[in-house]
Amino acid sequence: MADSPFVIAGRTFKSRLIVGTGKYPSHAVMAQAHAASGAEMVTVAVRRVNISDRSKESLLDYIDDKIFILPNTAGCYTADDAIRTARLGREAGLSNWVKLEVIGDERTLFPDNEALIEATRVLVKEGFIVLPYTNDDPIACRKLEDVGASAVMPLGAPIGSGLGIQNANNIRIIREFSKVPVIVDAGVGTASDAALAMELGADGVLMNTAIAGAEKPVAMAEAMKHAVIAGRLAYLSGRIARKMYATASSPLEGVVGT
Amino acid sequence: MTIILNGERFELDSPLSVTALLAKLDIDPRRVAVEHNLNIIKRQTYPDVLIGEGDTVEIVNFVGGG
Repeated sequence: MADSPFVIAGRTFKSRLIVGTGKYPSHAVMAQAHAASGAEMVTVAVRRVNISDRSKESLLDYIDDKIFILPNTAGCYTADDAIRTARLGREAGLSNWVKLEVIGDERTLFPDNEALIEATRVLVKEGFIVLPYTNDDPIACRKLEDVGASAVMPLGAPIGSGLGIQNANNIRIIREFSKVPVIVDAGVGTASDAALAMELGADGVLMNTAIAGAEKPVAMAEAMKHAVIAGRLAYLSGRIARKMYATASSPLEGVVGT
Repeated sequence: MTIILNGERFELDSPLSVTALLAKLDIDPRRVAVEHNLNIIKRQTYPDVLIGEGDTVEIVNFVGGG
């Protein structure tokens, strides 16, 4: 079945699944999980080089050349810090794309939308392609789009929580209101969560912990690949309406013994 | 002379270029970003930017993250 391409800021991706590079048991497992997931874009964090311990293997050695690297601004609690980190990420790498995070609270890691919108405005002006991590607030998503975000990334549930999609209707509304791609980012726990995000109309799903923290990350990565494909296909197929009561699937006439 | 490197005091014998500092620390210049006194330094200028007494330097790279 024909599907419109998944395009962010003019770049086309064949896979609608984006995965992270954090919290894997090892870099080698991470590489296998990436391959199993079919992801074409992965996120990375920007952190100080460990001056005293130079023994750690380089993460980049374990990311396939063909995979597009998206630096994030994880751990930033102010717009200034996020802007500074984004600029450093651009300088370290490989593109002017950034997954922009401005965190408002340590326990929930919910976004500070006010600071996020401001940071997005500044970075877009500097030529960045900004993919902001936000919450399931359609108004925040609209404001992010208005200041030039290339996609909006509403969370399904708190980062790493595995709670799935907490507010399905809001995700559906965000998709309806947005002209840029909608990528559900954070909170996915298992395959059905990813499928649900896609069934609600999300253009893509971003996850890290659901795969990296699974007992079998490589198998879970494969499950997520199928879930995103299945959810997208189901969305395009026009599901049946929900009814409160039964409608028989087999004919009512000609039943033996009636 | 003392500088602040990645948040910690760091001792150097004398001022040196970013290129020289990275070499001294055994850091591959292609995989990092460098900030000198809050200015992000473009890679082409690493040989020319001099780090001196009391300067603040941040050297960052990509690590795993979500």
